[in-house]
Amino acid sequence: MAQGVSNSNRPAKPPIWNDPVYRALFFQFLVLGGVIALGAYLISNTLDNLARQGIASGFGFLDTTAGFSILMSLIDYSEENTYGRAFFVGLFNTLLVAGIGIFFATIFGFLVGVARLSSNWLLAKMATVYIETLRNIPLLLQIFFWYFGVLRNLPAPRDSAMVMESFFLNNRGLYSPRPVFEDGFALISWAFVAAIVIIIFMAKWAHKRQEKTGQQFHTVYASIGIIIGLPSIAAVIAGFPMSWNYPELTGFNFTGGIVVIPELVSLALALSLYTATFIAEIVRSGIMAVSHGQTEASYALGIKPGVTLRKVVIPQALRVIIPPLTSQYLNLTKNSSLAAAIAYPDLVLVFGGIVLNQTGQAIEVLSITMAVYLTISLLISAFMNWYNNKMALVER
Amino acid sequence: MRKSVKILSAIAAAAFVSSAANAGTLDDVKAKGFVQCGVSQGLPGFSNPDANGNWTGIDVDLCRAVAAATLGDASKVKYSPLSAKERFTALQSGEVDVLSRNTTWTATRDTALGLNFAGVNYFDGQGFMVRKSLGVKNALELGGASVCTNLGTTTELNVADYFRANKLEYKLVAFEKADEVVAAYDAGRCDVYTTDRSGLAAQRFKLGKPDDHMVLPEVISKEPLGPVVRHGDDQWFDIVKWTLYAMLESEEMGINMGNVDKMKGSDNPGIKRILGVEGDVGKNLGLQPNWAYNIVKQVGNYGESYDRNVGPDTPLMLARGVNNLWNNGGLMYPMPAR
Repeated sequence: MAQGVSNSNRPAKPPIWNDPVYRALFFQFLVLGGVIALGAYLISNTLDNLARQGIASGFGFLDTTAGFSILMSLIDYSEENTYGRAFFVGLFNTLLVAGIGIFFATIFGFLVGVARLSSNWLLAKMATVYIETLRNIPLLLQIFFWYFGVLRNLPAPRDSAMVMESFFLNNRGLYSPRPVFEDGFALISWAFVAAIVIIIFMAKWAHKRQEKTGQQFHTVYASIGIIIGLPSIAAVIAGFPMSWNYPELTGFNFTGGIVVIPELVSLALALSLYTATFIAEIVRSGIMAVSHGQTEASYALGIKPGVTLRKVVIPQALRVIIPPLTSQYLNLTKNSSLAAAIAYPDLVLVFGGIVLNQTGQAIEVLSITMAVYLTISLLISAFMNWYNNKMALVER
Repeated sequence: MRKSVKILSAIAAAAFVSSAANAGTLDDVKAKGFVQCGVSQGLPGFSNPDANGNWTGIDVDLCRAVAAATLGDASKVKYSPLSAKERFTALQSGEVDVLSRNTTWTATRDTALGLNFAGVNYFDGQGFMVRKSLGVKNALELGGASVCTNLGTTTELNVADYFRANKLEYKLVAFEKADEVVAAYDAGRCDVYTTDRSGLAAQRFKLGKPDDHMVLPEVISKEPLGPVVRHGDDQWFDIVKWTLYAMLESEEMGINMGNVDKMKGSDNPGIKRILGVEGDVGKNLGLQPNWAYNIVKQVGNYGESYDRNVGPDTPLMLARGVNNLWNNGGLMYPMPAR
């Protein structure tokens, strides 16, 4: 009955131009259409102007032979390869330095953040001084400092600092022996994979057993034993199918071995030390956000301080830490483009610098470069959001 | 990051501005009252600011000559210091009116970038600089060396070609700014510093101990350096081209800063034509009849500019060589001004 009454009371349907739903749709289409039209106008106008000025356009240049060499490359590259391949060389170098930077910035940032809260006066003050100094000096200056300041004090190749005739340090980089894999090495690789699988199952088993019986298992020590032990046994069985390629001084420089160029070291160092200061402050704020009562309750239950930090404080602090941590990772990745200043061949130097200048196709090159940074940033963001959801408080 | 912003704004300009770049550059220059000239970020002898911020150099003199020809006042120039990477975008987008920045004339740059080279104001070639202590006597002994240079230059490509052609190993360390190349070479990052030989002579003075270094005898490339303008404005192209020719022609005819007023009264028809007493070269260019007079009076002829900036009496000590006039055994050959 009530249903019928409300039905009869409803006002007559308004005409379509007065219906808020259709109105909203209409204006949204209008704005969308405007944006598309503006975009189309900009693109056609750009192409028009380029054609009128006789500037080459299009992406055909990616298949052209590059003709320049690149200082460091994770994939095979020579002057005969194309601009397209040079792009990937730059991309991988960017990912490498960003990856190394994020790894060390995270570890170092956590250590310093915890240290600043330490009850040890000296440790806390040292952490404070480190944070306040490094985060207040522009990053570019720090990169120059680590590059030119350190480079100038390293010896020339002929007077290299040397450890055990196999590690050499000079102003061309750090040289170390490179492992050369021979037949039968596959067995060791498989043993390594097997070790990882075993560890995963062991950790699950130990976790279940602790939940059921309260008995703890030394997962960490057991894991280290397995991950070293299994491949070692495999190596003995296969008869050590591996040799070392030692760096050797020939002419001007060392050849052979693995070389870590000073550009990579100084860039990664500057990026991690700089970003670590911000991460340290984020970690400190995260820990301080956890009520002190939690720690006291944990101590009252007789839990050791280390375990309290790991199992009580940090899991709660992480919820506060992760979102701003994500922005620091994004910052670090984007800051890695300062590489161009010290000749580290990252994406901006190789593609946005050399390729842009050799081809003159600024619009194409920069659109690709921007799209790449956007993609990397969105991927990091997506991963951190996923991790954040996993870490979020599960309401029961 | 500032560089990218510059290039991005240039792209934005290409997208939004409807062909402003093709409008008459001469009218633009007259309207704003100065010539915007793209120069290097500091290369002694070519374009380098002194302690008071005044730019000097052979490339700067060309900018000043263009201002003298178009505006009658050589001081009406504003300079945009550009890196090798920024220079073409700055010119394409109309940020500068003329690029006079020790830039090598190549086919790709002349055709695919929408640019025109208005001549050559310095014939150069690429060379190598090494420490004397290395004991290297020629470039073929450089196998395995680390080589420092500027990125985005012909230098970078030439050195790749040279080492490949001679089957030599090398490591190329490429920096964006010339100052960083010099600093890294000085710090021992590289065994070799390579750029145009004039550049080596100039940058050598930025090294801690210039006398510990030497330039190897090899010249591995042709580097004709000259002023560049945009495609599509033939009048402006002509003006820059004939500014350069006027400097060469006046040297050939013996007109210089000191005697130009006296030369105006000369009976030689060639001198009369170039100084605008006779004929209408100036009018055809869209300039005042005394355009070339202004150039010589205020900037000097090519020889004076050369001697003042890079010649044997300057710290660079570069002999005139191929940059001499054609009738003195060089390659400089101005077209007849008639």
